[in-house]
Amino acid sequence: MLAKKQKIAEEPTQDAAPPHTIQARLISDSGEEAGPPINLPAGVTTQQLGLICNALLKNEEATPYLFFVGEDEIKKSLDDTLDLTTIDTENVVDIVYQPQAVFKVRPVTRCTSSMPGHAEAIVSLSFSPDAAHLASGSGDTTVRLWDLNTETPHFTCTGHKQWVLCVSWAPDGKRLASGCKAGNIIIWDPETGKQVGRTLTGHKKHINGLSWEPYHQNPDCRKLASASSDGDCRIWDVVLGQCLLNIAGHTNAVTAVRWGGAGLIYTSSKDRTVKMWRAADGVLCRTFSGHAHWVNNIALNTDYVLRTGPFHPVTDRAKKNTNLEKEELKANALQRYKAVCPDDVESFVSCSDDNTLYLWRSNQNKCVERMTGHQNVVNDVKYSPDVKLIASASFDKSVRLWRAQDGKYMATFRGHVQAVYTLAWSADSRLIVSGSKDSTLKVWSVQTKKLAQELPGHADEVFGVDWAPDGSRVASAGKDKVIKLWAY
Amino acid sequence: MPQNEYMERHRKLYGRRLDYDVRKRKKEARLPKDRARKARKLRGIKAKLFQKERRNEKIQMKKKIQAHEEKKVKKQEEKVEEGALPHYLLDRGVQSSAKVLSNMLKQKRKEKAGKWDVPIPKVRAQSDAEVFKVLKTGKTKRKAWKRMITKVTFVGENFTRKPPKFERFIRPMALRLKKAHVTHPELKATFHLPIIGVKKNPSSPMFTSLGVITKGTVIEVNISELGLVTQTGKVVWGKYAQVTNNPENDGVINAVLLV
Repeated sequence: MLAKKQKIAEEPTQDAAPPHTIQARLISDSGEEAGPPINLPAGVTTQQLGLICNALLKNEEATPYLFFVGEDEIKKSLDDTLDLTTIDTENVVDIVYQPQAVFKVRPVTRCTSSMPGHAEAIVSLSFSPDAAHLASGSGDTTVRLWDLNTETPHFTCTGHKQWVLCVSWAPDGKRLASGCKAGNIIIWDPETGKQVGRTLTGHKKHINGLSWEPYHQNPDCRKLASASSDGDCRIWDVVLGQCLLNIAGHTNAVTAVRWGGAGLIYTSSKDRTVKMWRAADGVLCRTFSGHAHWVNNIALNTDYVLRTGPFHPVTDRAKKNTNLEKEELKANALQRYKAVCPDDVESFVSCSDDNTLYLWRSNQNKCVERMTGHQNVVNDVKYSPDVKLIASASFDKSVRLWRAQDGKYMATFRGHVQAVYTLAWSADSRLIVSGSKDSTLKVWSVQTKKLAQELPGHADEVFGVDWAPDGSRVASAGKDKVIKLWAY
Repeated sequence: MPQNEYMERHRKLYGRRLDYDVRKRKKEARLPKDRARKARKLRGIKAKLFQKERRNEKIQMKKKIQAHEEKKVKKQEEKVEEGALPHYLLDRGVQSSAKVLSNMLKQKRKEKAGKWDVPIPKVRAQSDAEVFKVLKTGKTKRKAWKRMITKVTFVGENFTRKPPKFERFIRPMALRLKKAHVTHPELKATFHLPIIGVKKNPSSPMFTSLGVITKGTVIEVNISELGLVTQTGKVVWGKYAQVTNNPENDGVINAVLLV
């Protein structure tokens, strides 16, 4: 079948009357050649290029690819992208191929259910790594767990005394941590809805972020890092209920914390810096300065693999229930992490109140790129799961798309009429969903760089949006106290 | 004037009297009674001054006692506030914006009823004589069918004049306004917004069609730049507002948005 198609693909070479062929070479974005240079007809289309590429790489399953010449994507055919009058036909043209996810996440189009229950605005929500649970934290001081099969409330977890500002799932999906405005952290068991261990107290102001130790470093998921407005970052042992380390070094509120895959903790702060700490002993490794105002959030290129742990939630969906040994799972997780970040050098983006984003690498002090363009506070930034793109949400009502490799600007998504608070990527990196103050969600297509779907329905500001890691559904919640689930 | 600190010196050399502490304690113990006696005895301005001083002292004392009592009481748990915000908005000082802004449906229903519960329900009726000034025309100025409007008017963008000879109503350029200062009653904020049209002048339907804006007139304003959204996610762009001042006196239109 494949061979046949290839024949069809090569046919135009033989009978093309104006024999305009181009010497071309297919290379991956890291510079490896797929095969020797080949003669291609000028009018070769992307489908034909895809067949050739799959054949050259001897893929067993056909993988979809994107092709680029220089900066430009080949949208239809090669001669549309290349200017044939100016090109030197003697030289070999480099065509860069980029593998796309084999699976496809369908854009969400309808609201499958609105789940009331919270008595106050919902300020945080998150899917579990295996997309089996959904947790939300609200201003009514409770954490609620929702049953996703029947789309009904499952457990109400009471224990906090103040607004629950953030919720975070352990990478094995067996624990949930929540932090509140009073500075307390509570660990919950999603199967029973009960508190596990004692309340972790120590922070003096509200918690801004929580991050678990990556699965490939410790499959027990015992350690948790928290960022608070009192300027400290603490590392907790959730089994003993003790604070192991207090990392104090920021002079102002810590806005976000990420536990990287290489044993480093990244914190962003309102003192205009991002700092990197060794997780083992809390020694400051590096300070990244450059921002001129508060740093609001950071995103690591390994965020998605660290969140989902040992299994890919879409491609390994069947494996979820198999009882593998912890060591094996750990090896799996390590392998997934190494695929994204082979040399332990993580890159990350920070977004700030100075309307810019900075792209950093963990092994250099200087930024890779200063990404300008937003006209107001940049509130949220996320790496795409395939680590090719970065999306940022800003109060200037726009979402912007950047290339992850060098931080080059790619597109602006306009359509919201109020500040965009958060965004989330689909698992196949082809879609973005953004939640805004204007009470709507919007789904953007990365390929067409256009609005794919508009999702009105909330009665007030949307504070939190999350796309299930397996891509099946989107959850959103906000000031109107209702959680909405969206599906195709 | 004493020369040098001779008292301190003496004290250092010889110490205090042996019964110094006892005397001091007794003197202090007697002090309140002494002062009470004094308070009873004093008359006139001296009494007044003394009592004022005494009163202030007592206030200070009470305050001190209260402060000490407070320290003993355990701090109560902070009350959970309403209007929860996510952590990224907590320190931004966002003003608590108004609740869900009313949707178009409601407004349409009100429109049908033809009644608004407007901020200014009763307006003084404007008589024709007040609004129109009679212009005498004709060679001998004996015709009097032309009228000049003496109030502020809104004239639409695409209005074309009739030939001046046949124009009955003259709306002077100097009294035409295109924008209004509109206050959002819940946001407590005022915006300078373009007018779309005059919805109703309560005095007369003719004034409405002429675009006369007086106090109490309901005008439609363009609020697209406020970024309000309906339940269905559409951007609201036209909303009604009622004029609250006398534009012909002030030279500006102040209005309040009907939410």
